[in-house]
Amino acid sequence: MYEASDLKKGLKIQIDGEPYIVTDFEFTKPGKGAAIYWARLRNMLTGASIERSFRSNDKFEEADLTAVPMEYLYFDGHHYCFMNPQTFEHHLAEEQVIGEKKGFLVENTPVDVLLFGDRIIDVTLPPSVVLKIVRSEPGVRGDTATNATKPAELETGITVQVPLFVNEGEYIRVDTRTGEYIERVKK
Amino acid sequence: MSVVGRGGAGGEPARPEGLAALAARRERLERRAHVIQAVRAFFHARGFLEVETPLWMRAPLPERYIDAIPCGRGFLATSPEPHMKQLLAAGYERIFQISKCFRAGEAGRLHHPEFTMLEWYRAHAGSAALVEDVQTLVRYVCRKVLGTGELTYQGRRVDVEGAWEYVSVDEAFARYACAELRAEPDQAWFDETLVRQIEPQLGLEVPTIISGYPRAFCPMARALPGVPERADRCEVYIAGVELANGCAEQTDVAEQEAALRREREIRGARGAHVYAWPSAFLAAVPYMPPCAGMALGVDRLVMLLCDAPRISDVMAFCEEWYNSA
Repeated sequence: MYEASDLKKGLKIQIDGEPYIVTDFEFTKPGKGAAIYWARLRNMLTGASIERSFRSNDKFEEADLTAVPMEYLYFDGHHYCFMNPQTFEHHLAEEQVIGEKKGFLVENTPVDVLLFGDRIIDVTLPPSVVLKIVRSEPGVRGDTATNATKPAELETGITVQVPLFVNEGEYIRVDTRTGEYIERVKK
Repeated sequence: MSVVGRGGAGGEPARPEGLAALAARRERLERRAHVIQAVRAFFHARGFLEVETPLWMRAPLPERYIDAIPCGRGFLATSPEPHMKQLLAAGYERIFQISKCFRAGEAGRLHHPEFTMLEWYRAHAGSAALVEDVQTLVRYVCRKVLGTGELTYQGRRVDVEGAWEYVSVDEAFARYACAELRAEPDQAWFDETLVRQIEPQLGLEVPTIISGYPRAFCPMARALPGVPERADRCEVYIAGVELANGCAEQTDVAEQEAALRREREIRGARGAHVYAWPSAFLAAVPYMPPCAGMALGVDRLVMLLCDAPRISDVMAFCEEWYNSA
């Protein structure tokens, strides 16, 4: 159990059965009056922000969250399926939880899955992933401009800018935070 | 303290990074010293005696929401009030003190568990004299330190030499919260409304003094003459920051004792420390002259004069006390 005085940015607590993360926090106390703790909280399921005041005697539970390393398996058209390699248990994530991250997910990609109870509420990608180029025009021979790039479509459907020497059918490492090309990978 | 590897190559030892941070706040610390110097000069020039009272005490006043930090078999002082009132009762008629106070769990933008308080008392005076004192003091310090009669705090320009604004607490609730204050309002509602809706509106162009607090929230104050449900207590605000709190002091020992018993009961119900009973203080009350006293947050005054957003910005050392005290 937490008390109001434990509140700080980043703390994850449970309110009415849902997980919230504290995004902003302020302590106030009028002269001779009681302490009031103001917190701005983001609902980790819906993304909605709320503001709440807490009193010294208020108690609340820690959000029941666990981060588990898993591997991505497949998308069945509605859900993304991940497997816990320790227990071989499968967990399904709703499409909107994955969102844009689907552009970096191929079979066996290792991820950290954030579970609320047994529900996946967030997935953290590795800093970079290796993806195959499925389509890219050949670079024009003789073009030696150092920063020259061309678009390349990857197996997950996203398109990134790659150097001219990289060809269709090859593998490249992509930064999952910026979506940028890092290097060519021999595979 | 972590150590940065600045030395090594030249052979000199690495300097702890905390020292660089300390060096970087020189300007604010110099201004802080200047403020304290000006405050002392102000009171000395007016015939006030500077006193020192214990920082350790067995029996802090049992105010309902002010929690002392345990220390040995007693506590660190939450305020110098009980001892300064004994000095008043002994015949010291104008006294002031700049001292450290300690309050458990108070850590925020405007709060630090250890802070510096200026407290002064005048015998044979009422709250009007205090208001006169604080007004003259703030104007004097501002002029002395900034060289002008106005200060700018977080984008607000406040003219401290202009005519200060006086508003009753009842009026402030009506004006800024559209709320009528009952004779005995619910304290949780009162505190929340004050902090959220009213305080941010106070002292924005000139300093504001609000006065006449619900009696139940002022155990150390006398009732306002002719208004038994309101206390003769006032608070000073500049740019939305609560700076000082003063009152015409309670000198009726029966009333004082009853008020402190109520405070102690509320502390007990909250599960807060119940301190030793302040007998020495209460024994002095019958000998206190009619008097008035005010407490002013020195750190907050420095914040206002440095345009510093957080109280820790004007302290040399800010311990990570947070919530542990």
